[in-house]
Amino acid sequence: MTTILADLNYWVTVFLLVGGLYIVVAHGNMIKKLVGLSIFQTSVYLLFLSPGKVLGGTAPIIAEGFDVYSNPLPHVLILTAIVVGVATIALGLALVVRIHRSYGTIEEDELHDLESDA
Amino acid sequence: MTPSDHILLALLIPTLGAIVIALVGRNANLREGVTLVTAGLLFVNVLQLLPVVLEGGRPAIAGFEVTPGLDVAFQVEPLGMLFGLIASFLWIVNSFYSIGYMRGNKEPRQTQFYVAFAVALAAAMGIAFSANLFTLFLFYEALTLSTYPLVAHHGDAKARNGARIYLLILLSTSIVFFIPAILWTLSLSGTLDFTPGGILAGKADATTTALLLALFAFGIGKAAVMPVHKWLPTAMVAPTPVSALLHAVAVVKAGVFTILKVSVYIFGSDHLLATGASEWLVYLATFSLLAASVIALTKDNLKARLAYSTVSQLGYIVLGAAIATPLALIGAGMHILMHAFGKITLFFVAGAIHTATHKTEISQLNGIGRVMPFTMGAFFIGALSIIGLPPLGGAWSKLYIALGGMNGEYWFVVAALMISSVLNVAYLMPIVVRAFFRPPDPDDHSQVGVAADDTLSLRERLAEAPWFCVVPLCFTALACFVLFFAPDIVEQLLRGMLEVPQ
Amino acid sequence: MIAAHLPALQVVIPLLAAPLCAILRRGTIAWVIAVVANWLAFAVSIGLLFRVLDEGVISYAMGGWAPPIGIEYRVDLINVFVLLVVSGVGAVIIPFARAGTAARFDSTNQAWFYTMYLLALTGLLGVTITGDAFNIFVFLEVSSLASYVMIAMGRDKRSLTAAYQYLIMGTVGATFIVIGVGLLWAMTGTLNLYDLAQRIPDIENTRPVLAALAFLTVGISLKLALFPLHLWLPNAYAYAPAVASAFLAGTATKVGIYLLLRFFFTVFGGEGFFLSTPLPEVFLVLSVVAIFAASTVAVFQNNLKRMFAYSSVAQIGFITLGISYATETGLTAALVHLMNHAIMKAGIFMLLGCVIYRLASMRIDDLAGIGRKMPFTTAGIVILGLGLLGVPGTSGFISKWWLVLAALENGQWWLVALIVIASLITMVYVGRFVEAAYFREPSEKAMNVREAPLAMLIPSYVLVAATIYLGFDTTWSVGLALDAAASLLSAAY
Repeated sequence: MTTILADLNYWVTVFLLVGGLYIVVAHGNMIKKLVGLSIFQTSVYLLFLSPGKVLGGTAPIIAEGFDVYSNPLPHVLILTAIVVGVATIALGLALVVRIHRSYGTIEEDELHDLESDA
Repeated sequence: MTPSDHILLALLIPTLGAIVIALVGRNANLREGVTLVTAGLLFVNVLQLLPVVLEGGRPAIAGFEVTPGLDVAFQVEPLGMLFGLIASFLWIVNSFYSIGYMRGNKEPRQTQFYVAFAVALAAAMGIAFSANLFTLFLFYEALTLSTYPLVAHHGDAKARNGARIYLLILLSTSIVFFIPAILWTLSLSGTLDFTPGGILAGKADATTTALLLALFAFGIGKAAVMPVHKWLPTAMVAPTPVSALLHAVAVVKAGVFTILKVSVYIFGSDHLLATGASEWLVYLATFSLLAASVIALTKDNLKARLAYSTVSQLGYIVLGAAIATPLALIGAGMHILMHAFGKITLFFVAGAIHTATHKTEISQLNGIGRVMPFTMGAFFIGALSIIGLPPLGGAWSKLYIALGGMNGEYWFVVAALMISSVLNVAYLMPIVVRAFFRPPDPDDHSQVGVAADDTLSLRERLAEAPWFCVVPLCFTALACFVLFFAPDIVEQLLRGMLEVPQ
Repeated sequence: MIAAHLPALQVVIPLLAAPLCAILRRGTIAWVIAVVANWLAFAVSIGLLFRVLDEGVISYAMGGWAPPIGIEYRVDLINVFVLLVVSGVGAVIIPFARAGTAARFDSTNQAWFYTMYLLALTGLLGVTITGDAFNIFVFLEVSSLASYVMIAMGRDKRSLTAAYQYLIMGTVGATFIVIGVGLLWAMTGTLNLYDLAQRIPDIENTRPVLAALAFLTVGISLKLALFPLHLWLPNAYAYAPAVASAFLAGTATKVGIYLLLRFFFTVFGGEGFFLSTPLPEVFLVLSVVAIFAASTVAVFQNNLKRMFAYSSVAQIGFITLGISYATETGLTAALVHLMNHAIMKAGIFMLLGCVIYRLASMRIDDLAGIGRKMPFTTAGIVILGLGLLGVPGTSGFISKWWLVLAALENGQWWLVALIVIASLITMVYVGRFVEAAYFREPSEKAMNVREAPLAMLIPSYVLVAATIYLGFDTTWSVGLALDAAASLLSAAY
């Protein structure tokens, strides 16, 4: 029990990762797929951030009385990753809008039927 | 100029010729003039190499390495010398004939025709002078591709179908069998160079050799060994000059030439004889030459009959290569020459008949000798040479192959060759008989029908094809006769390929 | 001075050119900018090549921050080989892009198209040149996002769903790569590839490192469309605009291959580690299946672009097959085919673009008889098709030759037989095109077309000529690849 709790952050990461991926695969609705994708990406943010945290450490600003700092690198990286993630989701949503305009549906199975007719 | 320069020129002249022909294509006279000049130059150039080779020289160009083990390089040896001479010489004759035929039949796309022809000749020169299997293969494929537009020339459904089978069989056999054979050879011996005495002796056992030979025999589809002969008859949809030069001389001879070359310079005559690995090919080639003759008997279309006759005659050459005794190999090489002149004559005749009377079937030819005596006379001579009767060139090569068969103790080969000669008589002579001894059909309304009126003088009856057609075919017929008196120089040349430097 | 900053310029030039195109919003100007930027990038690649040949590995500290704190650009033979392929193929495609793009889009959209093209180029060049694992992910996403947009700009509405599908799978792949990178970072505390290569050997059998290898392998394989992770590729290539298909087919998957090589052989410490995992067998099997399955599927396609897209999956199989040997010959074969296939496939998609430009269709039935109407276009496709078959005299033969040598080195005769059979299947689908183009009665659509404009034909024929040239002179393909393979195996970086 303690080991599970000690690695809680990783368990959450794994849960989000698997859950997100499951949504991407299992759902036929294109918006829901993007939601899943977003969750999937979020799990990675946790993966990077949690090992960077040093217990008892503070933000890495040199100041009197603090000499234990957390690693700032993951924050920088994840900031970039978030930007990439946002761009991806935005583009994905834009595509869904265009698909809806062209086909009148965003359900994959219906699209599949429409395309095989075409 | 050094001999190496002549090799390079042999490749460059037809290539440049093709470009110039393409550029001046609008002006028909100029275009055909360029073709003739190119053909003449090429032959003169190739001829310069002959004395060198006869004296035992082996001029070469080192070329360059593509990737380790694969080089592009050229070397002239006796067999290639012979092939190069035949192809370049007959190109001149054939160019005269083409002018008569293409104009006489008002064929479309003549510029494309002459360009593709020149490119095909460049490829043939490359094949003749290759110093290794890889180089040979490159030009072998180039020849396939450059002759494709010639086969598809008419552009109708039949021509397209013929061209499709042509490409399909030649390309697929070369990819499936020829390339692996080359690769296997390289991995066995570490080289692909054509070496006197062969490169596989002591490196491949009997089974390996037999298998490898099978890959070569079927991979070289141009040799038309049954059952990969099917492309040849279907390629007859091409205009007759194409059938004459390419499908009686350059292309098919490139095939059997390659087989001969592989048997002499890759396997080596001694190695083949020692292992007996080529014995199966003796049987197959014998079957091929007999079966093709029988099929030829059943064909009424003149060009189709000639095509199967070619398949059969190619069988002789493959047979010679498979027997692999010195005499058989010399005979096979000689047959490349003798058959070339005989068969090109016959095809020229078929084309001349088509040009003059638009007849294509043998059953329509009753009495045609009365209006086309020169043409049909040439046919008679060419046919006798193919059958192998003295005093015509074809007699020698068949004799050599038969003697070679006796040396190799293949007695049935001798019998088969006799039967085949009888079959040759059976499918060629009736044409001559029809032409000269049967009266024209009563319902034949062409010039031939007019000739039934015996009161007309020969001059009034005469309806030959254009002189551009008739002169070349009489010339090649005459050449068949002349060649009867020149076997020793050919033999002297070809003996050179069997000499193994110690 | 400039020579010192070449590694930065490689990425910065297209990166700055991209927003310039977006701001100016004029198709013609944007095109000129794109051409100039791409040609400059190619010139930089050539410059880098000579520097690497001259002085060995180049290490460039981006922004003056010394590695491993700062981001390092690290150029060695393998990099520069791929940089050359990517920028070179792009340099040929971009002049070609003008006619087709101008005919389809208004001026503003043309500018956007070139913006996306330049961003994709930036990303791919960046992935290849950078020496920082996280930087790889960022550039990969830059190129991917730009590619999604380009694909979505196709004329068929199916391009939208194709782009969406690619977006989903591409993002999953990229995220897998970040996970792998994250695990490596957690274990070693560095993101610099060079440092990673130094530190991993000590901990290479720990579970997180193996998990990282797994995540990276799957993520990269998605990007390079290794069977069975190729599902996004056929539709993406089939419905994208011709320029995008040509560019992606020639470059995107090739950069994926590069990443695979870099991680397997540099970061994870050379052939020893790679051979100790089950990866060689897995890649061998997947490659063979890819070659056969994808070639067979290609035979039955009626849309020519889809046909050649499946052919790409098969050809990638040939490349990964070479990688699976982990020998000098095998890796040489892989690198040579990487270059040769990039050139051939980009050329084919460009010539198909010529056909679409005139015919507005890719259905094989509509193409009937086109050989007589568009003789140069058709002949070009046939020559490149022969290259795919591996006919001697084309560069395709050289790659197959090396692959066969690699197989023989391992004594795998059966593989040689398989390669020959695969060539036969290739012949069937290339043959279907030849059959339709030359041997059938012209279709109604094909009756009224004429040859494509020279502005499209000339660039395409540059690649046709390159395919033939590289079939004879292999100094630059095999010569470089041999050295690169040797340095990969010695894990020198």
